[in-house]
This record gives sequence, C-alpha cells and structure tokens, in this order.
Amino acid sequence: MKILVPMKQVPDLVEELEIDSSGKRLNRDFLKFKLNEFDEHALEEALLLKEQHGGEVVVVTLDMAEADNLLFTAIAKGADKIFKIPGNCDEGIDCHSAAQMFATAAKSIGFDLILTGVQAADDRDGQVGMLLAAFLGLPHVSVVTGLSLEGASAIVHKEYAGGVMAEFEVVLPAVFGIQAARHTPRYAPVSKVRQAWKTSKIETVDGGTVPASNGSVVNRMFKPESGKRAELIEGSPDDVAGKIVDLLKSRGLL
Amino acid sequence: MPNDVFVVAEHLKNKLSDVTFEMLGKGREIADACGGKLVAVVLGSGTKDLAAQLGVADSVISVDDPALEHFSPEAYRIVLSSVVKDRQPKLTLIANTSMGMDLAAPLSAELNIPLVAYCKGLSADSGNVSVTSQLYAGKVDVESSITSAQAIISVLAGSFAGDAGRSERTPSIEEVRPSTSLNDLRVKFRRLVEPEPSDVDITKEEKLVSIGRGIQSQDNIALAEELAAALGGAISASRPIIDNGWLPKSRQVGKSGMSVKPKLYLTLGISGAPEHVEGMKDAATIIAVNTDPRAPIFDIADYAVVGDLFDIVPALTERIKGAKG
Repeated sequence: MKILVPMKQVPDLVEELEIDSSGKRLNRDFLKFKLNEFDEHALEEALLLKEQHGGEVVVVTLDMAEADNLLFTAIAKGADKIFKIPGNCDEGIDCHSAAQMFATAAKSIGFDLILTGVQAADDRDGQVGMLLAAFLGLPHVSVVTGLSLEGASAIVHKEYAGGVMAEFEVVLPAVFGIQAARHTPRYAPVSKVRQAWKTSKIETVDGGTVPASNGSVVNRMFKPESGKRAELIEGSPDDVAGKIVDLLKSRGLL
Repeated sequence: MPNDVFVVAEHLKNKLSDVTFEMLGKGREIADACGGKLVAVVLGSGTKDLAAQLGVADSVISVDDPALEHFSPEAYRIVLSSVVKDRQPKLTLIANTSMGMDLAAPLSAELNIPLVAYCKGLSADSGNVSVTSQLYAGKVDVESSITSAQAIISVLAGSFAGDAGRSERTPSIEEVRPSTSLNDLRVKFRRLVEPEPSDVDITKEEKLVSIGRGIQSQDNIALAEELAAALGGAISASRPIIDNGWLPKSRQVGKSGMSVKPKLYLTLGISGAPEHVEGMKDAATIIAVNTDPRAPIFDIADYAVVGDLFDIVPALTERIKGAKG
C-alpha cells in the first residue's frame, strides 16, 4: 500500500495578519507559514495505516517557505519518501492550481491511496483534496474521521452535524479529506528532524503547467467588522472573579 | 439558462437543513437581480415531501432514484454534474458543509466552472456577482468577482436569513431521471452511525463551561469540571479537545458537533473559530476567557476576560462556592 499525502502550507494564524497596500493580498513581508493543521492529521492517519498494514508513506509539497523543513519533519515522523514540486509558490497559489500540480505529481509518483487535510484556512476557491480527486477521476469522501482498510476497499466515517456519521465503503484508489486522525498527530523530536536533514534526500517531481485564471478575481481583503465588542472585565484574578459573580447574580444565573 | 440560480437542497434523515432555506432566500434575491429563475435541485429517494417545501423557488428539479436514498459523494456528484452541465445555470449554490464539500470542488474541477468557497456574503449588481468569503479562521474576509459566465458558490451555514427561503407556495416540480447508471459505483453507503448516548445532553443544559486548546492538558479539565459543578452546569468543548480524545463527541459544540443555546456559555481558552461560533452564537450570555486579546471569540462574547484561565478559574470557582454559601 503506497499512501500519498500532499501537503500545503498556510499563514500562521497565531500571528497578526496584515493586508498590503493593494488591499487585495496579505502582506507577505510579515507572513509566517506553517503546515496546514489538517494535513498533519492526514499524515498521522497515513502513518497509522502503514503501521497496521505495512506499505509506504510518501509526502509531496509545493516549493514555498518552509517546504524543506515540513518534508524532513515528515521523515522524522515516519514517512518513507519526500517530494517537492519545483516552481516557486512563495507569492501564493490558488487551490485549483495546487490541485492540478498535485495531480500531475501524483500520476508520476504512483499511489494506492491519497490522504489530504479536509481543508485549509486559505481555500478561497475550494478544498485541494476534493479538487485533486476530480482532476484524477477518483472516488472521494471528505470530512473523514475514521478510516480502515478491508481488502481493496477502505471503510470511512464521514462526519455530519449533530454527531451523526455516515459509513461508506470505497474502492481504492481514492482520495479522502481527513478531518481528524484517530490519534493526535505525533510529535517529531528536534533531534530526529535534524537527523533527517542530514540523511534524507528531497526528490523532485514535476507539477506541469497550470492555467493562469480560475474564473474569479479578488477585489479586496478586509478584516471583518465585529458586530459588537465584548465588555472587558479587568483586574486581578480575584477582582475578575468577583465581577463575574456579580454579573451572574444580576442576570439571575446564580 | 444563462441567468438562473440553482440551489442544491441538502437533507438528512428526511429533513431539509436550515442552510437550504438560507441559500434559497439569498438565491431568490440574486435570481431576481439577474433576471433569471431560481431553481431548487433535490436529489434523493421518495423526496416529494421535501420538494414541496421549496416553494420559494420558481421550480424544483427532482432527481428521485433508489440509488440516491442516502447521500453519496459519488452518486450525488454524478447526477448533479449532469444537471448543471445540461442546464448551464449562472450560479449554483451548494452548502459549504460536509456533504457540500464532496460536491462543490469536484464539480468545479470536473466541469471547469470556477468555485468560490466559504461564502458568507453574496450580491449581484447588473449581473455582476460579488462573493465575500470568510477565510483565515474568520480573521480576514475576501471579496471576489466572478469573471466567467458560470460559477459555483459554496455557502457557509448561518450566513443568510432562513425566513426568506421559506414559503407556503407549492412549487412546480420537474422529475428528472439520472442520465447514467448509478449501479456499480465505487463509493457505497453502508449505514448512518448515530452518536453514542451520553450521560449529559449539552443541548439541554442551561449553563455550559466550554473548554478549548487553552486548557493545554487532559488533567486540567478537572478545573473546568469543578467550575461547572459550582455553577450547576456541565462542561462542553471545542473540536481540538474532542479530537484529542479528552472528552466524548457528545460534548462537542460547533459545526460538526452540537448547536447549543444555554443561558450561560462560559468559554475557557477557546479562540472562536467560525466552526465553533456556528454552534454557540445564540447563547444568551457569553463570557470568554482567553489570553489573546485578538481572539475572535471576543467578537461574539458579551463579556471578555483577557487573561490566564489557570489564574481566573480557581478564583472564580472559589467565589461562586462562597456566593452560594
């Protein structure tokens, strides 16, 4: 079983996001990038499947920002091969283009199963995993929280609202959008990542050329106005506690 | 037709979801502004009763087939794809939900129609369509213009008023057969898995103490439990806590968990991602504790405490116990 995990980076949302002078883009001078957290879950699920059933886990990413570190961290966690698609994506890339590059790369790398994160914080033109599935003509299930293999099929749980899930049997190869792995994604010790930098090699895979337009243009970006702003409760922890108690009493909640 | 707006109805267990009516209400406005028709598309098996509720639309396209009894990413995509290809609507609105995510992006890639996702705002001015997407975990909105004749828009639940999408009127229903066979597909529906019955039903609790990533470890949950007990409420949580296996799924508030409307919703270390806010925005009183003054939870909260929950919670538990004597 060869499991391919395409990964993408997103702006680190812990940092303040600034919009540049064009008003149409994030100010990239101050952007820090990190691995999309859902892709981390996809990798974890891939590693768990490999531990259960054998096979190999292959990670592929686009050429931008922290790509090398992301790939070596994947090796430190247990991935077997790492690929980078050349073509500088530092200026950002839309999801249709990313998915087309991943599709071209996937065809030349080969796979039995593709796991992606369910979504990412900057998916303006749709989720990469499901676009990828369509470009490859493969069956897909998104928002997957449980995954097991039965012969040439996968049994997946797809999450709906209210805690209800649907169970599907899917003939492989297929693409799944992983919402959450069965376990919290494992941690890669810094020493192992460092070792991976020294001993592992990033392979190159062609992503082909992608069309320039995706049929929509960004007019502007802006910080949403908050409808109302919360009233601040300030002071020492004890002051704050006292004020909350008064407030609860006045609202008949205590 | 070139100016029509299609809305894909979403349903589970023979009930239309609220977002369907929200899309219909907005779709009505856009179709009128563009001089086109509003058409609802409902896929399923035995869905006459559902189709009858879509009277805001000028007409309903109903694809009724045993293979569509349960949602399936493959069967639904195949059918919807042929309907959209055949009818060429200007806009196709699909919910940005679990089901919708298996339709919108694949349809866009397959039919080469642009997609704008995470839509929370939609307007049309002399045929020009503008879409506002909620991106970056709700921290930045992005307004896009559609530059091609057709587009797919995936719409966030809760973005538009549902009332405008409901009508007593009986719609005209057009029955359409699937154009290709739906046998021998690669994705087979097996069953619905209902949530484990739980000791506590958080949708019925009047007071919830809700924890997020800021709680840091499973051991610290005891702090929140003690506070909830002192208040006479229960604890709930945001997604990461459930994914870590620290609390059962039945305690999850948000898009894929429960929607709650308690009298008091007190959050500890929850940043307030849109997926969470969707499930708790209607709580009567919201008090939020978070170390990050920019956390989006403070946009929805009534009261904000910018501080360390590990300082605040013990003091608060103590005070409440004292107040109750």
